Amino acid sequence: MTNTTTANALDTVPRLLARNAKVYADKAAYREKEYGIWQSWTWAQTFEEIQALALGFLTLGVKAGDHIAIVGRNRPYFYWAMVAAQSVGAVPVPLYKDAVAEEMAYVLDHCSARFVVAEDQEQVDKIIDVMDDLETLDGIIALDPSGMRKYEKSVLFDYRELQQTGRDKKSELQAELDKRLADQGPDTTCVMLYTSGTTGRPKGVVLSSRNIIETAKGTCEFDHLVADDSVLAYLPMAWVGDFIFSIAQAYWSGFCVGCPESQETMQKDLNEVGPTYFFAPPRYFEGLLTSVQIRMEDAGPFKRWLFKTFMENAKDVGPKLLDGKSVGLLKRLKYSLGKLLITGPLKNTLGLSRVRVGYTAGEAIGPELFDFYRSLGINLKQLYGQTEASVFITQQRDGEVRADTVGTPSPGVELRIDDNGEVFYRSSGSFERYYKNPESTKDTKDPEGWVATGDAGFIEKDSGHLRIIDRAKDVGKLKDGSMYAPKFVENKLKFFANILETVVFGNDKDHCVAFINIDLTAVGNWAERNNIAYSSYQELAGHPQVYEMIQANVEEVNASVAEDEMLSGCQITRFLILHKELDADDGELTRTQKVRRNIIADKYADLLGALYDGSNSIFTETEVTYEDGRKGAITATLEIRDAATYDRKKVAA
Amino acid sequence: MQDSYVTADGRTIGATVMEMKNITLRFGGVTAIKDISFDIREGEVRAIIGPNGAGKSSMLNVINGFYHPQEGEVWFHGKRRHEMKPHQIAKQGIARTFQNIALFKGMSTLDNIMTGRLTHMKSGLFSQMAWWGGAQAEEVANREIVEKVIDFLEIQAIRKTPVGRLPYGFQKRVELGRALAAEPKLLLLDEPMAGMNVEEKEDMSRFILDVNDEFGTTIALIEHDMGVVMDIADRVVVMDYGKKIGDGTPDEVRNNQDVIDAYLGVAHD
Repeated sequence: MTNTTTANALDTVPRLLARNAKVYADKAAYREKEYGIWQSWTWAQTFEEIQALALGFLTLGVKAGDHIAIVGRNRPYFYWAMVAAQSVGAVPVPLYKDAVAEEMAYVLDHCSARFVVAEDQEQVDKIIDVMDDLETLDGIIALDPSGMRKYEKSVLFDYRELQQTGRDKKSELQAELDKRLADQGPDTTCVMLYTSGTTGRPKGVVLSSRNIIETAKGTCEFDHLVADDSVLAYLPMAWVGDFIFSIAQAYWSGFCVGCPESQETMQKDLNEVGPTYFFAPPRYFEGLLTSVQIRMEDAGPFKRWLFKTFMENAKDVGPKLLDGKSVGLLKRLKYSLGKLLITGPLKNTLGLSRVRVGYTAGEAIGPELFDFYRSLGINLKQLYGQTEASVFITQQRDGEVRADTVGTPSPGVELRIDDNGEVFYRSSGSFERYYKNPESTKDTKDPEGWVATGDAGFIEKDSGHLRIIDRAKDVGKLKDGSMYAPKFVENKLKFFANILETVVFGNDKDHCVAFINIDLTAVGNWAERNNIAYSSYQELAGHPQVYEMIQANVEEVNASVAEDEMLSGCQITRFLILHKELDADDGELTRTQKVRRNIIADKYADLLGALYDGSNSIFTETEVTYEDGRKGAITATLEIRDAATYDRKKVAA
Repeated sequence: MQDSYVTADGRTIGATVMEMKNITLRFGGVTAIKDISFDIREGEVRAIIGPNGAGKSSMLNVINGFYHPQEGEVWFHGKRRHEMKPHQIAKQGIARTFQNIALFKGMSTLDNIMTGRLTHMKSGLFSQMAWWGGAQAEEVANREIVEKVIDFLEIQAIRKTPVGRLPYGFQKRVELGRALAAEPKLLLLDEPMAGMNVEEKEDMSRFILDVNDEFGTTIALIEHDMGVVMDIADRVVVMDYGKKIGDGTPDEVRNNQDVIDAYLGVAHD
């Protein structure tokens, strides 16, 4: 074996647990709201619970290298199950709890799972449905046995009973457990995570203890995460981020992981826990801001005035203070007063008042949205990562936070941009391999350890920050040879509330054009306030005043795109507003609401043609699918508008 | 009749808990219930069905002792029951929900369910007001039971919400919660699915079956939705114009000619 480390090296998660049980024995490791109050477990108790379950696994005959799947919402018991599996040398495989039975069957079969730790009847039923086809699966360990009184007992185990069996057999099995623990090292597989398969089947990403521990170590130091920090674990356990935040970093630093009472109570529980370390995708922050805005519109005039006055000042002062820049005394005083009256209480209501380190990632975040949270004094930053990298590729350092970049390389990460603009990285966190899929492994990771991200981006010369432009496969060139990245422009357009969705075209053409979908809620609201009558989506979309408004938005985006050295060629010269919303039922979007560019280009070839042939309007007929599956057709005459473009900053290509 | 029987899904149903012997209930000149006899057994889900005005709700009120029948005998736990005072009715271990939700609209979900514990509380008005000694410990103990009910019904998110603001389906669930908090031996449900959509009905059916399965609670329910009744009930009593026209398993009832006539109508000659 290559695992020749001493037992007290901190190179596996179970070893971190053993250390925490000694060093932080009486400090809270887990909290969960149940029966209306926060229950908590100290590190010493956590150690005992995990050990009992690990011994229980041994009584079931779990062998080193077996895969144990875990499916449930964020609860301490499932985090324990992961570490208990690691303790006996098995590999934990967390699954998405909303996955349907067939998806689960694929993963369970692919990793030859021997046991599944499942939350409740709902999950157990799904697994039982597919169990006959899974030869390797020997049993299901259920946490909540209710409703399953009459189930076949030979394959179904109770989580707590299994722990008790473990405790009872401790004297016999402790030696075996100690041996399993001693046999592990940095090369032992720590966890296997399945990436959601947008293209083809999900792939099992194998992450070693070295990947996980090195990542945890580097990033905890980067953000000074310590034992007194805390997080709320609410994102899917099958997602790599949750594993890093709620296990790797939590065990490395010894901080406390809080679990919400249920999915619906998350916002309230967040408020009660008041985490100091917080991650959320941009859409979470967007939803939160919208709810604040709606409630402010319902508030009385005096409160609205207070909010407006102090938020304006905060927008100016808040980010500067976070970045450690100098601010005049008067503004600083006003900010302090605003903090007392508005921003402080608001932060508290949002559950973010104690956040010291906040991250968002996954997609581009609008600058206004980003600045709103920064102006409240929340240290919200961006990171860029993926499962294959144990999350972290780049992240923003305190004081170097910007809305349009994803930061500098994380500790221990090397970056490289290839000739096509694709981002590659090499790090101690980069994955070992895809499970049972050497071909994909070879395609993604070269022998020198460089991993392809599939994203196109570039490194800013002055700041060294990475900027992500688009998916690498979507990036192309315009006829004049300048770079074409549709998503870069689309994101800018979508930051306007009026624009719900947009598709930009221009690969191998002279210039870029765009289809635009208006946001019915925002534009409808605007129409109501301005006494503009309309009877249908189509009529509103084609309204001249709506066109005026969208044109202003497009031109504003053009001005901003023109500022960009590499992408200034992507300004929108002509656009039209689509007469129907792009819809997953019509195959125009994926089920996760991502635009399917090529399908749209084919379906609306006539519109695309008109955008390029200079005509001012086009008559079109489009097939639509109703929710019940029936098909129909709608016709419309669409106006095509030219948009002003701006001088391009020239660069040597 | 034998002492126990086994249901279609394999549960063993115990001895008789409540027996109705030749019940007749009149309101002045109107006879709401006419000479009806049936029993309810330990651990079963017993349904009472019938067209509008058949006397189902009156029957439920006889079962819980709110109405006292002019003729006939009610036997509960092996003893003949006589006319009771309201507080005696409350303490016999029978809890119920109402057809047209009877919650305290301004109070939170938690407080509403807490009222279900009232009959289990011993401390007096003054010690509760002083919040001292036994009263405090008692409230904590009762709150624990209430929280288990909240967890069971998955209504954590609305714990502190005034029930008047809740959608109808949730209000029904809170009402079930209040009944469960009383830890009843016999649970009466008056049209638990009325006015619900399919999904809410499915949820409610699951909760009813889970209550029966988890806590072994005997359940008697009135319901209009035949599909639901046939799915979850072990035995069904069918009433029409105050009379019993059928009694048996869902299958037996479904094939009973009198029942078919009552529901589908029949040509009179």
